[in-house]
Amino acid sequence: MINAPEDEAGIVSAVRAAADAGEPILVQGRGTKLGMLRPVQAARNLSTRNLTGITLYSPKELIVSARAGTTIADLEATLATGGQHLIAEPPDLSALLGPGEQTIGGVVAANLSGPRRVAWGAMRDHVMGVRAINGSGETIRSGGRVLKNVTGLDLCKLLGGSHGTLAILTEVTLKVLPAPELTGSLMFAVQGAEEAVRLLSAGLCSPYGVSGAAYLPAEASDRIAWLKGQGAVAIIRIEDFAPSVEYRLGRLAAELGGALLDDETSRAVWRAIRDVLPLRTEPGDAIWRVSVRPSNGPRALMAVTLAGGRGYLDWGGGLLWAAGPPGIHDAVRQAALDGKGTWTVVRAPDGMRAAVDVLPPEPAPLQRITRRVKAAMDPGGILNPGRMYAGL
Amino acid sequence: MIEQLEPKAGVLARKDAIVAGLRRLLPDSAVISESLRLKPYETDGLPAFRQTPLAVVLPSTTEEVAAVLAFLHREGVRVIPRGAGTSLSGGALPMADSVVVGMMRMNRIVDINYADRVATVQAGVTNIGITQAVAGDGYFYAPDPSSQLACMIGGNVGMNSGGAHCLKYGVTANNLLGLRIVTIEGEIIDIGGEYLDAAGFDWLGLLTGSEGMLAMVTEVTVRILRAPEGQRAMLVAFSSNEIAGTAVDAIIGSGIIPVALEFMDKPAIHACEAFAHAGYPLDAEALLIIEVEGCVAEQDDLLAKIAALCQPFDPISLRVSQSAAESLAIWKGRKGAFGAVGRISPDYLCMDGTIPTSQLPFVLRRIGEMSAQYGLGVANIFHAGDGNLHPLIMFDANEPGCFERAEQFGADILTLCVEVGGCLTGEHGVGVEKRELMKVQFTPIELDQQRRIKSAWDPEWLLNPSKVFPLPDAPLPKVAILEAA
Repeated sequence: MINAPEDEAGIVSAVRAAADAGEPILVQGRGTKLGMLRPVQAARNLSTRNLTGITLYSPKELIVSARAGTTIADLEATLATGGQHLIAEPPDLSALLGPGEQTIGGVVAANLSGPRRVAWGAMRDHVMGVRAINGSGETIRSGGRVLKNVTGLDLCKLLGGSHGTLAILTEVTLKVLPAPELTGSLMFAVQGAEEAVRLLSAGLCSPYGVSGAAYLPAEASDRIAWLKGQGAVAIIRIEDFAPSVEYRLGRLAAELGGALLDDETSRAVWRAIRDVLPLRTEPGDAIWRVSVRPSNGPRALMAVTLAGGRGYLDWGGGLLWAAGPPGIHDAVRQAALDGKGTWTVVRAPDGMRAAVDVLPPEPAPLQRITRRVKAAMDPGGILNPGRMYAGL
Repeated sequence: MIEQLEPKAGVLARKDAIVAGLRRLLPDSAVISESLRLKPYETDGLPAFRQTPLAVVLPSTTEEVAAVLAFLHREGVRVIPRGAGTSLSGGALPMADSVVVGMMRMNRIVDINYADRVATVQAGVTNIGITQAVAGDGYFYAPDPSSQLACMIGGNVGMNSGGAHCLKYGVTANNLLGLRIVTIEGEIIDIGGEYLDAAGFDWLGLLTGSEGMLAMVTEVTVRILRAPEGQRAMLVAFSSNEIAGTAVDAIIGSGIIPVALEFMDKPAIHACEAFAHAGYPLDAEALLIIEVEGCVAEQDDLLAKIAALCQPFDPISLRVSQSAAESLAIWKGRKGAFGAVGRISPDYLCMDGTIPTSQLPFVLRRIGEMSAQYGLGVANIFHAGDGNLHPLIMFDANEPGCFERAEQFGADILTLCVEVGGCLTGEHGVGVEKRELMKVQFTPIELDQQRRIKSAWDPEWLLNPSKVFPLPDAPLPKVAILEAA
């Protein structure tokens, strides 16, 4: 049974009751990401899904605040009234994790960013303020509703990406930006990942403000209706005022070649890349998100492919979305390490989720600090125990 | 005057043994203990407060930092991390029983990787040093605090420094990918790396802006960006602060985010013009410096749009920079503002609150009223696009009671910032200066939560003590009172 209080006070009393009883809580929003990372064994189940609503939207101040259970769709609809958007372009992972609307609290807690991350920062970069309930049932605020703030320790960043293991987000405040007037892309037919990443890198190293840079092998591009039959492609995106987009795409095309994708096609293609639609997955597959040095992306993809998996690259080669049988986990892990990067298990059969390192283990001295920080925020260890690391 | 925690008598008594221990770990030239040579380290960019430390060490490698911290941790000695000593909030103010660990010898560029658009540098490299290392190839490091010629990247990480161009490019935290840190126990840990998204907890984000209280940073991996094709500044002068504030709203509301949007009031305009001869209009009450980027046609397009947005507010003058030299002079005036105010007033205090930009006209009016009430001049110069205010309170420290009056005026401004929905510090850090005001922004529960996280990293509170958090007030511990200079 899921306890889904209507207000923050309800979250506080639920946490206090669990703390008093010494019983762990499975913390969730609408539960769309419960398949990520490790499974949580908990007697209680607490959701922020009923903490909804935009509490502040000030377009001229580039600021929006929303209760944690507000869906991304509702948030985006509100921002659209001001001609603005979420900067980090968070992905909707329902193609991988099953249908459901995700909440802003869940997106921040998982620090999920889309293609625009390569130019404009991660989700966590735009979290200006949070309200959260720690494991003792105390209300903690950090940051605020202004764009620049270094007052005290930055718990907005600490809680972003902590998957509800340190505190339960009840409200977040985000920096937002004007949505671009026009989007356009250049698509290049390529022989393989090495050639693609060279092109993507040339785009990202240009002065033209590239805001998306992905490589799709033939199998991946075939899964996007607009790209069907194009074979392996590299794609570069520009977003800005219309004259700028036209000018910069022209310059890039003159320097690099490529075929132009118009605004509508470009938006559709990047939405598909954002939502990981190019990744083919079989029912028993595991799915990994691997973040490496961009120039190491092709080798990581090659290693995964040779092991029997498949994938595609975003972030100029720096993000590998990979899928394959659970048995290739060691190969994926090694590919991440060889690429001087990290991995996250986004989906896997239950047995595998509990058995493997779903995230890279921290070095021993950092593990000691992590355990102390966990105790500093959740002394009873009741919030999402074991979600990120076994025994934490 | 500033209160500090009481120095540990045992540490003071063991000074010779501690210095001898440090000399066993480092070359002789890297340990300073003679009182005359300690003098340069007794204060930072907030010279009203001074304290001579027990000793200063200048390590050259991460391993030396680790050896020093492990030793000081065993000995129970407090540690003050120090970069260039440019903190405006007293972030590097020593304690009498502390050892200052200065990073100036760790000034090596370790690696520049254009294909992946990252650079790794030691913590003692200056902010401008990173950009200079890559500028020849058309790249830059984005955060540009006014002190960038001197301030070091390690200190930028400690304070999460901003600058004039963070409206577009973000602050230090948004431009970092990795850190090499040393814990107080002397453990070396790599956080993040040359990739975009760290899996697991965001220690990089927590460490950035932690003011040297959690760990010491010895190496930093930053994003470097390809420079835009060009940039151009425009000066728009208005007949009142309120009107200029409304124009700022109109520009941001239109969907244009200039790369920089700076505001100066009349006293600031006059001080900066006398220093930089940038051609600032002296008859204006308020001046906006607006900078855009791109090719010439893109600049023309954006500047024309901005000019049209300003027209309804009857600007007194509107001037677009016609050359690189003119743009340089415009920025020289802005970036030299603190020094310029220093030329017209014997002393000044620089405040650093942030407010919601909609509150700009109200807050500027209130600051004007307070200025009259305290009988102290104030020059306002700030990053208008993100609401980060820098009121410069002018005073004369030789006049009895004047410094205290200036301090109180500053505290009132920062309290006002919090009351209108803002915060105490946008980019300078809390340091010792705003420590007691933390109670205005945070509840006791919130402060305790932050203290517990500090304890998780530094259980004995040896790293940069007496900073950020209000000193314990009940029961009041014995405190040493330092004389204001």
